[in-house]
Amino acid sequence: MSAQPRFFAPLARLLHWVMALMVIAMLFIGAGLAASVSERHEWLLHLHKPLGIAILALVIVRLVVRFSTRQPPLPADLPLWQVLAAKASHLLLYGLMLVLPLLGWAMISAAGDPVMLSSSVQLPALVAANAPLFALLRRAHGFLAYVLFFTVLAHLAAALFHGWIRRDGVLQSMTGRDAGTD
Amino acid sequence: MVDHSSPPRPPLSTASLIARLAGIGAVVAVVAGAFAYVNGTLDPQRLRPKTLVNALETNSGVHPGFRRNHAKGVCVAGYFESSAEARAYSRAQVFSEARTPVIGRFALPSGNPYAPDSSVPIRSFAVQFSQANGQQWRTGMNSMPVFPVGTPEAFYQMLKAGAPDPATGKPNPANMPAFFAAHPETAAFLAWVKTAKPSASYATESYNGINAFYLVNAEGKRQAVRWGVVPQRQDAAGDVAPSGSDFLEKDLVQRLTAGPLRWQLNMTLANPGDPVDDASKAWSGEHKVLNAGMLVLQGSQPQADGDCRDINFDPLILPSGIEASSDPLLAARSAAYASSYLRRAGEVSPLHSAPQESTP
Repeated sequence: MSAQPRFFAPLARLLHWVMALMVIAMLFIGAGLAASVSERHEWLLHLHKPLGIAILALVIVRLVVRFSTRQPPLPADLPLWQVLAAKASHLLLYGLMLVLPLLGWAMISAAGDPVMLSSSVQLPALVAANAPLFALLRRAHGFLAYVLFFTVLAHLAAALFHGWIRRDGVLQSMTGRDAGTD
Repeated sequence: MVDHSSPPRPPLSTASLIARLAGIGAVVAVVAGAFAYVNGTLDPQRLRPKTLVNALETNSGVHPGFRRNHAKGVCVAGYFESSAEARAYSRAQVFSEARTPVIGRFALPSGNPYAPDSSVPIRSFAVQFSQANGQQWRTGMNSMPVFPVGTPEAFYQMLKAGAPDPATGKPNPANMPAFFAAHPETAAFLAWVKTAKPSASYATESYNGINAFYLVNAEGKRQAVRWGVVPQRQDAAGDVAPSGSDFLEKDLVQRLTAGPLRWQLNMTLANPGDPVDDASKAWSGEHKVLNAGMLVLQGSQPQADGDCRDINFDPLILPSGIEASSDPLLAARSAAYASSYLRRAGEVSPLHSAPQESTP
């Protein structure tokens, strides 16, 4: 068995950081548009839809990359609860990045609205028009977006905990900087 | 399992540990704080969609399943027959296809689904044009020529002026005159409302889109317009509303039984200098008006289970070839309608079983 990698694959790191920016931007855009009646509501909505579809496409690429590259292992001395928390939060992050765009797409469909990514690019409806289903999907979209936001916050705090407190190479496995010369 | 040897880690001093933990806390606090500002938690003064819809509910009561405004209405269906006149100005398919199916809704402008038809001189007409290419054009029109106010903030102040006083259950009669006095932009609307009478029929009214939009043609050229529909049949002058509180829907059903009802869709082209961002101001003087085609209604359905029930007539659902103007009411309508739609969409069953005319 060859030595375990210390870093994520370059493509995995690129996808991580690009998507980190996109997902955080997306969370702020969504929260902002839901709380505004100004022109901001409109231009944020026009950003929100194509960005959501881009995240959906990238997360699928990312899952393929994840399963076709080798991941650096967690430190051997990491307490079991932190190992479990790390695994569960990553499952949640991937799941929500996949589910939230689909929920957004489905809820617009359920409202009977055309799913427009721009003034002329249209996606097919994911589900038939159904108002009670719209209400359910719209509320799920908002609720799970908050779950994603808090998971992202926990992920950020944990990454900094690894980098600044434990100094165990976990943060560096994603930044790509060598921890050994610290 | 792991041959991964961590680099040597000198233990952190207590001071360093505290500083680093505080650093992590600060990063998390900054991100969470920014988020709480953006979602309005730390900015309670901001006008939000739910603020507007809550104000509508305060003024008219909560009627589950019903729209929070324009609650009393009736569904209609038919088609739009385009003329050639708008094609040079807009590439929207609705103007190039001979026929486009429409679903519409006539309504009263109040959040009370049991309001008597003669309670207000305003009637509204919302239309959804479903283009063959899947794109849609939705518009909500009203029988007045201008909106009382030009901004969502002023609209909210107007709703507050009409809010019931908790002590009496009725609006303070001094509030609305005080609001109008403080908002001179309401003059054009007030001048119209002085002469307006509740009509006996939805079918004899003209309906105006009020907000400005842009028509965009195949070359990308934009022309600011306001649109409206004009009925092709006018009743004899002096025809006034009958007594009773629910005559509009009956009249409409009766007329549609006798034959289709027609409105001409007019596009008024803005002159240079016409305000395109202020729905409280009329466009005065000579204007070129395009006859974009004929809107033909063939049938009606009660709103409780009609095809219009689950449509949010969001004025910013537009096909390629029609674009929003900078009128701030458009974004506000879109945002507030979405909030109202979410509330009522989860309550459709109560509407379905609600007695529509027996409740006072």
